[in-house]
Amino acid sequence: MSELDFTVVLRAWPYLLSGLQFSLALTAAAFAVGMVLGTTFALIQHLEVPVLSRLVRIYITLIRSIPLILVLFWFFFLVPTVLGYLTSGGRPIPIGPTYTAFITFGLFEAAYYSEIIRVGLRSVNKGQFEACQALALSSFDTYRSVIMPQVLKVASPIILSQTIILFQDTSLVYVLSLTDLVGAASKMAQLNGRLVEMYLTVAVIYLAICSAASQCVAVLRKRNELPRVVRQ
Amino acid sequence: MFDVLFERGLDGRPYGLYLLSGLGWTLVLAFFGWWIAFSIGIVVGVGRTASNKIVSIASRLYVEVFRNIPLLVQMFLWFFVLPELLPSAVGSWIKQMPPPWGAFIPALVCLALYTAARIAEQVRAGIEALPRGQSEASAALGLAPSQAYRFVIVPQAMRLIVPSLTSEVMGIYKNTSVAMTIGVLELTAESRQISEMTFQTFAAFGSATLIYLSLALCAYQLMTYIDDKVRIPGTEVIKRKRSFSDVVAGAKAPAP
Repeated sequence: MSELDFTVVLRAWPYLLSGLQFSLALTAAAFAVGMVLGTTFALIQHLEVPVLSRLVRIYITLIRSIPLILVLFWFFFLVPTVLGYLTSGGRPIPIGPTYTAFITFGLFEAAYYSEIIRVGLRSVNKGQFEACQALALSSFDTYRSVIMPQVLKVASPIILSQTIILFQDTSLVYVLSLTDLVGAASKMAQLNGRLVEMYLTVAVIYLAICSAASQCVAVLRKRNELPRVVRQ
Repeated sequence: MFDVLFERGLDGRPYGLYLLSGLGWTLVLAFFGWWIAFSIGIVVGVGRTASNKIVSIASRLYVEVFRNIPLLVQMFLWFFVLPELLPSAVGSWIKQMPPPWGAFIPALVCLALYTAARIAEQVRAGIEALPRGQSEASAALGLAPSQAYRFVIVPQAMRLIVPSLTSEVMGIYKNTSVAMTIGVLELTAESRQISEMTFQTFAAFGSATLIYLSLALCAYQLMTYIDDKVRIPGTEVIKRKRSFSDVVAGAKAPAP
């Protein structure tokens, strides 16, 4: 057992921080895209739009049955090809791992957020819809001003739990050799040979951020007085 | 489209065999990982509800630590960091384990302890969902707390949580793919290898996807069967039947 020397961590700190910044940016972007798309998917299923709702169902089932790493590989290979078909008539457009990661996580998380919102939609009392109809609100107004606010409130603890999982999952971009927090640590470790200190530091950083966020989940849950819907 | 599976690779084996061996490692990891995780999960889950302060705090710590560090980082800790922290004789013995065991054993330990934390939370939820009367009646019958847990509370809690354990079963075989980052040649790693060697990316990832999908279907069938067998009579009314896509999606029954 060699001596631990955490001064190397101090020296690598700015680099680690830039990695953490990337992880957080990826999480935020995937959250935004995932929520918007996920809400759309959930509404499509809730409104039972013909054909589309079946397609969405298949997409969600498929995405959620296979490991995220495989999904990353799929998109890494498919996105340039598909973009090529859409724009330059068949020639694949290389877009690089960074954009791939952003696109993948957005589309992947949409499948997860959509389920949370779909379950939330089912929990809204039927009377709410009937009252909106009685008040002659349009479909759009019904969802925008009456239903969705309730859904988001009820689902907020689960959405936050899912976002914590998302933040942890962003570490898997390691397989695309990106420089997120783990990637930064592993590149630094290769340079200075201080693997132990690097990975321990990364573990502590994740533990601190995720534990703090879990406390917020508990607070949100208490405020909603939701009966145990643990999702982590 | 899947012709590539019958072509032979550099070592003379057809690529289909690569996939099969990957599937084998995935299954072995998931199977043994599950049983270790299940046993630890029950112990920690019971510990979470114990009246003894030290036990319940220790169990809570376990769950917090293993749930709040990404699985990938945990893999690295077991594989890279642990051998360095142990006395050098033990450390180098671990590092010199012949492949594939040198990567497989850390992966198994990591996956099992990570999943155990999640199962513990389900077990705790199951125990807390039981009416208080169960433990009170046990006490009235003169059962010691440990006997009450063993004969009355845990068996009922386990029967309640089969549906939520289904998601964990489906989670563990997906999480085995993270083991590829420390060099376990499981299904995802093998399919990437095939795609890199033959450039038949679509066939390689497509067949892996199909295998994962059928694994999910098998797990779903098995768990539905178990749930039908062990469900506590009278709780059917509360639980609506969940379809395959519901279970994959981890959808819970709507909150009241």
